[in-house]
Amino acid sequence: MHNSGEFKLPFGPQHPALKEPEGFSVALKGEKILGVDIRLGYNHRGIEKACEERTYIQDIYLIERICGICSHAHSSCFVQAVEEIAGIETPKRALFIRTLIGELERIHSHLLWLGVAGHEIGFDTLLMYSWRDREIVMDLLALLTGNRVHYAMNTIGGVRRDIKGQHRQKIQQAIGQLEERTKYYIDLVSNETTIIKRLSGVGVLSKEDALRLGAVGPTARASGVKRDIRCDDPYAAYGELSFEVVTDDRCDVYGRTVVRLKELMQSYAIVRQVLELMPQGPIAAKFGRKVPAGEAFSRYEAPRGEDVHYIKANGTDKPERVKVRAPTLANIQSVKQMLKDRYLADMPIVIAAIDPCFSCTDRTIALNYAHPAKKALLSWPQLHSFSIEWYKKQGIDFSKLNQSLRRTSD
Amino acid sequence: MLSGISLPRPSVIGLNAAEVSETKMSVILKILIFPGLLFLFIVALAAQFIDRKISARLQNRIGPPWFQPLADFIKLLGKEDIVPDEANQRMFKLMPLFALASVVTAFFYIPLWQGYALLSFSGDVIVVLYLLTLPTLTFFIGGWYSTSLYARIGSVRALMQLFAYEVPLFAGILAAALLADTWSLSEMAVFYQKHPGFWVFNLVGFCVSLIALLGKLEKVPFDIPEAETEIVSGCFVEYSGRHLGFFRLSLDIEMVVGASLMAAVFLPFGMQLKPVLGFALFLLKILFIVSLISLARTVVARVRIDQMIKFCWKYLAPLALFQLLLNLILKGVIKS
Repeated sequence: MHNSGEFKLPFGPQHPALKEPEGFSVALKGEKILGVDIRLGYNHRGIEKACEERTYIQDIYLIERICGICSHAHSSCFVQAVEEIAGIETPKRALFIRTLIGELERIHSHLLWLGVAGHEIGFDTLLMYSWRDREIVMDLLALLTGNRVHYAMNTIGGVRRDIKGQHRQKIQQAIGQLEERTKYYIDLVSNETTIIKRLSGVGVLSKEDALRLGAVGPTARASGVKRDIRCDDPYAAYGELSFEVVTDDRCDVYGRTVVRLKELMQSYAIVRQVLELMPQGPIAAKFGRKVPAGEAFSRYEAPRGEDVHYIKANGTDKPERVKVRAPTLANIQSVKQMLKDRYLADMPIVIAAIDPCFSCTDRTIALNYAHPAKKALLSWPQLHSFSIEWYKKQGIDFSKLNQSLRRTSD
Repeated sequence: MLSGISLPRPSVIGLNAAEVSETKMSVILKILIFPGLLFLFIVALAAQFIDRKISARLQNRIGPPWFQPLADFIKLLGKEDIVPDEANQRMFKLMPLFALASVVTAFFYIPLWQGYALLSFSGDVIVVLYLLTLPTLTFFIGGWYSTSLYARIGSVRALMQLFAYEVPLFAGILAAALLADTWSLSEMAVFYQKHPGFWVFNLVGFCVSLIALLGKLEKVPFDIPEAETEIVSGCFVEYSGRHLGFFRLSLDIEMVVGASLMAAVFLPFGMQLKPVLGFALFLLKILFIVSLISLARTVVARVRIDQMIKFCWKYLAPLALFQLLLNLILKGVIKS
């Protein structure tokens, strides 16, 4: 602490407000935030690289594990790109089922977000309530797909499970229940004084800034940017459904809350339409192991915003390159803008308001050398030899073990 | 802490003048057992349980079993004490005991039933309020000397908050004292016994003081100095083991003492009841106030420190002043 009252507070990588490791270094003067340094990279898992080592079918399950909340978003986005390269015509019924699962996922993600937001502003009752109601949709997903989180519903050319007649009534009933509860939350958020006090005017991101910083999803829509891939570039069955893109002009955290709650109501309407319009027919087209050479770019409106996958195929059964851009990467830049001239107390809710998913976002390995201070990016072989050297310095040498292993394998 | 205070008046502690000399032993028993440390310890843990259980049920959770607060306390006693290298060792270790001592001492001046308080003298209202301020200061000092950045921010917030809620709390309680025309809690109890129904006039003061008490106890919406999601747990972030246990215990005892003070000042009906019934009524009153606190902390979100200060000075302080004015007028009416 200096005499001027300015100091730097480490906010993460381990902090109760952050569910995943992420580093924020906050320059403070008293309670006021002077500046924020964001550091990604604590949770890098090398999924893109790992995808190149596996077949397309194996990749679906790996890609699904990028995120625990928008798992269906990532796998759908991946599968769409592969289908485009392979030129597979996905059956209509499969597209409707993908849409259904995607919307149920959005419902569970938005309800989860509402609870997290409540917790960040010290309103644990909201957390307990909305997570209890989230169980309804989680149970429904478990009933339809067999899993609560990683649904494993997608396969290249369609889906793996059909929606049966007896499911329809259960879905209708659950959606009815959730609609009631969501109306209650909308009422709560518009009337509870402490929530309004804590959320409105906090984390302001003007429309210009949202466009300049490339914000996506509810973060952009709450700044008045009408940007929704479901509408702008319809995929799956969205082209045949009618729904409204919810936007808000408040530009603050309160606006983001309202947008998410209203989107829940839209999602219920979409689920009802899907049930009504779902055609009969097969649920998957045939897919051979190999994909012809080519490349494709696929977009998907995940609950947090636009998810982008790029795939380059080389004619084998494994992709040449997989590139994922999760929505958080597009939104994280705007956090710095939102925190300008705010108080430390607003920090958790402002970060939470973009609904961040840091492990989805982490991707590069940069080395920070302390002496002399410099940054370096390493290639794959460099990283490999770096790790061997690093372990040697710690007194762990695998070279003998490697040799003996090579001998036995020969 | 007890030196410098005149001997308890026999009439107040319920003894004849002749018996006083032979009851030194019984005074010690009173300090240690009832209504002293042991009694407070049990009631504080019970209050913590009730608080947690009520808020859990309101949040649609099951809540802890009845022995959970005791189990937590014993577990904390058994844990390793870690004192940061940078911290001021003596201050860091002393502060939890200071907090505990001050809240326990405050309880001795509060009449529970039949105008019964262990100690009493003219002006003890001020002493009780002063003793209830001490814990906040110990949180500040303990947090400040633990040198962690989070703890320091928490400490500064605790002090800032203190300046916001103390004035309404003092004004609310002193307004009731003003009506009774005495600075002694026990004599206030006697006054409200003689004039049943007068406590109704103090309802505004009761609401103001209850909200201010939330700030003192660092409960939502005023748990700003602890704010888990912002500054981890504020003043207590470096505390562990026994020291943390004593800090937590003193917060629980502060809740009981605060609730008893509210009960004695603002809900003084039934004070003439015999021990068993009076005791039951006293517990009921505490239960009522603790339930109100749990309810309040369950249904709102945490506010920001600037909003909290604004709220206290804009709404609570004027309301407390209104209560003072009302009681001044009432006093004139009574006299005429």
